[in-house]
Amino acid sequence: MAASDTTAATGASERVAARDRAAEFLLRQHRFKPAESLPWLIAIAVYFLFPDRLTFGSQVLVMVLFALSLDLILGYAGIVTLGHAAFFGVGAYTVGLGAARLGWSEPISGLVAAAIVAGIVGFISGWFLLRYRGLTLLMLTLATAIMILETGNFRSDISGGYDGVPGLIFDPLVGLFDYDLYGHTNYVYALIVLALCFYFVRRIVYSPFGQALTGIRENVRRMHAIGSPVHMRLVTVYTIAAAIAGVAGALFTQTNAYVTLTVFDFEVSAKVMVMLILGGTGRLYGAFIGAAVYMILEDHLSKLSPTFWSFGIGLLLLVTVLFARHGILGLVEDFGRLRFAGRWLKERAAAQQPAWTREQWNAVGISAFDGALIGLAVGFAVNIGSADLLVTWFTDDPLGVLGWTAAGALLVAAINAVYLVLTSRAAA
Amino acid sequence: MTAAALDVQNLNCSFGALRVTRDVDLTLARGARHALIGPNGAGKTTLVNLITGVLRPTTGRVQLNGEDITSLSQADRARRGLARTFQINQLFRGLSVLENICMTIGERDGNCNNLWRPAGADRAVIDEALDHLESLQIVDDALKLVRELPYGRQRLVEIAIALAQRPRVLLLDEPAAGVPSSESHLILDVVAALDPDIAVLIIEHDMDVVFRFAREITVLVQGAVFTQGTPDEIKANEQVREVYLGQGEGGHG
Amino acid sequence: MPQVANIVVSILFDGLAYAMFLFITSVGLSVTMGLMGFVNLAHGAFAMAGGYVVVSLTRSYGVGFIPSLMIAAVVVGLVSIRFERRLYRRFYKATDLEQVLLTIGLAFMAIATFTYFYGPIPKSVPLPDWLEGDVNLGFRAFPSYRAFLIVLGAVLTAVLWYAFERTSIGAKIRAAVDNRRMAESVGINVDRLFTLTFALGSGLAALGGGLAIQLFGLTPYFAVLYLVLFLIVVAVGGLGSLQGTLLAALVLGIIDTGGKYLIAEAGGFFIYVITVIVLLIKPAGFYGRE
Repeated sequence: MAASDTTAATGASERVAARDRAAEFLLRQHRFKPAESLPWLIAIAVYFLFPDRLTFGSQVLVMVLFALSLDLILGYAGIVTLGHAAFFGVGAYTVGLGAARLGWSEPISGLVAAAIVAGIVGFISGWFLLRYRGLTLLMLTLATAIMILETGNFRSDISGGYDGVPGLIFDPLVGLFDYDLYGHTNYVYALIVLALCFYFVRRIVYSPFGQALTGIRENVRRMHAIGSPVHMRLVTVYTIAAAIAGVAGALFTQTNAYVTLTVFDFEVSAKVMVMLILGGTGRLYGAFIGAAVYMILEDHLSKLSPTFWSFGIGLLLLVTVLFARHGILGLVEDFGRLRFAGRWLKERAAAQQPAWTREQWNAVGISAFDGALIGLAVGFAVNIGSADLLVTWFTDDPLGVLGWTAAGALLVAAINAVYLVLTSRAAA
Repeated sequence: MTAAALDVQNLNCSFGALRVTRDVDLTLARGARHALIGPNGAGKTTLVNLITGVLRPTTGRVQLNGEDITSLSQADRARRGLARTFQINQLFRGLSVLENICMTIGERDGNCNNLWRPAGADRAVIDEALDHLESLQIVDDALKLVRELPYGRQRLVEIAIALAQRPRVLLLDEPAAGVPSSESHLILDVVAALDPDIAVLIIEHDMDVVFRFAREITVLVQGAVFTQGTPDEIKANEQVREVYLGQGEGGHG
Repeated sequence: MPQVANIVVSILFDGLAYAMFLFITSVGLSVTMGLMGFVNLAHGAFAMAGGYVVVSLTRSYGVGFIPSLMIAAVVVGLVSIRFERRLYRRFYKATDLEQVLLTIGLAFMAIATFTYFYGPIPKSVPLPDWLEGDVNLGFRAFPSYRAFLIVLGAVLTAVLWYAFERTSIGAKIRAAVDNRRMAESVGINVDRLFTLTFALGSGLAALGGGLAIQLFGLTPYFAVLYLVLFLIVVAVGGLGSLQGTLLAALVLGIIDTGGKYLIAEAGGFFIYVITVIVLLIKPAGFYGRE
């Protein structure tokens, strides 16, 4: 069809070169890059380096798988839902009830069954719900998940309610590997399942179907206009993601040897979303980093104080949304770009006068006011810690009040000033 | 007698009490070069939305190559050879230019139903995509993300996507809109060089472009067809000039 | 009274009181989301904060219940302006997901902070005498507090309706919800309007939080526990609509109460079923716009 036989000879050869470069890039995009082996090497290393933390390790792997399933929907297809825990729970209970009530204790077939059941639930709910977006979809998915939870609550005779399904025992893996007290078998089992599912997800992401998903995420209007069967694509990915979430849930039950209704909680949906955002959506490995970082932080901080953990997670979310919208992997990418662009930035900054306008003084001033409030609050928390005594703090220790206020004001104003200087220089 | 590429019959559309499209008839033969002009708010984009399926008419019919597509979805119509561009770019901004086109081809040929084989493994698709980019002279930008391109080149990608659908009927909604005048010739050259087999309907405000490009012109006023004819007939028509009073020739109203 | 009628009246009465609570607390969220398209999941935290202000005022400083409610509403309303100006404003153009994460993060921080200062044990408030006990309406006696809630709700509904429909500010808000760009081009300062609406909505939420103490007891987790309910009321009613929020609150409040009365274990199920059904048929809610 096209011919690169333009009149200028150099132009033609340049064009061919550009063409080939572009083609090569796309052709190679899906090949395994060396950096991709890193998370797996780390996971294997953990087995040898932390043999006494492997039960925790298995839970991290389960969460990685769960977050990975969410990434398909949220990161690649761009659909925001609040009910992903439903599929996790369905998978968990398929295995749990299967083992407890039906005597189905073979683990691998249990995984398959969980995937199928969760996939069916995903298919049915997706078919109806994915016609909607935004708040409507959020509420519909949330309501669906809660309805499943309430059903479990209602029939707590079957589900065991929040006490859980008792007495789960699973057969040794492939009839050979029995479970030991330290979770060695479980860890390897979870890692292999994760690896298989990951391979599957990776192929989907790099396939033409995966391309179509990102198209839907980027501009669904245009996808309709070019003839894409959007609804069918969405239902397909939703079903697959549900099945994988179901596998994660099944793994959860198998590695914990128990399951309760908490697997359906809204908190689970929120938690996995936070993990994914933390790591970075739409980047395949965001699930790994996010889940690992979150679980490790939670393990350490919530032991110190659940209240601090709650505060910390809220603060982390805030900071992520403000400064690292694409999560940790996003920061890594930016850093990679900036390193090479470092010289470029220097040139731009030299050419540009950093304008310290009145607006920026205003901004610093206002932030000083906020800082004062924050300083006041922190000082109060440290000194008194009970809201009933707010007034007495002012009267008893006016100097202390002043000190905390001033410290907060100065600190926040200084941070804001530095931030403004940096961003006004980098702004192009 | 071969059916017209696109046949719009007695199309009507209302939003509540507001009639935005009134009894519109329009026919595009194969290889047509048809311009749709009219003052702002005349309902030109609405008409395109009705033809492509974004909106549903209250009454009337749309036929594509003899097939009644009035009740079909946007995607179904696109798969039958109907493509359009948007007045404001609707691109896949986070993807590279090449991926934009590859995906369009993938959807066209049904490759996107494939979950397993890597997109990159299909050399033919990549080659065809590069061919499209070359014909629009944006192959140098192939690997750049769309959102990094200047608006004028993004507009070319907008058209490239529509062309990659290999349409039989192409609807262009103000293809040069928003493009700096220094670059608009790029767009217009593309339009002029379109495959003679494709039936093209173009919405335009620039009368120079319209008279240069179109073999037939429909004037739309307040949702209804005001008049229709060849460029000479329209040029000579006093009433058309009245309708455009205050907008000036070649200006954007 | 005959048994069935008695039950029906109980359900209606309690449901109405519950609905009034839902309405008062959620109406601010509905208008905020309809006006600015901003998903504020910290709304429940404002309600919770209001509740705790009332707790502190009544228990530690001996302020009366009603005055405490008013002070709480004003204080929280003013504080919310700070959040709107500094934080929320930056995210009006951000994606839904970012807004969700931002406000959820704030909600978590708020919950942790209030747990630190007040502890996790549920708090109650001392009520004035006339709010305790029952009020006798002749054919039946009704709990005074709930009756008060219903009356207050009705009064607030009337006041809000008047403000919305009859004042120029209300007209401006409705115009801006309808078509923001058009409203701006007509000269309406939508930013200031929004700050005002946001403060009002947060103040009302605080009022609702204070009123809820007697109904449900107050813990810091109130912020997320009832958030789901507020979101459902708003989604079912339609964003930016006063009548929608009211209707949704009534429907959901009465059905939830009725469900829990009649089928104790599965009662909570019904509002979610209603939600799904309504949203499938009318995705924008009762009075929402597409």
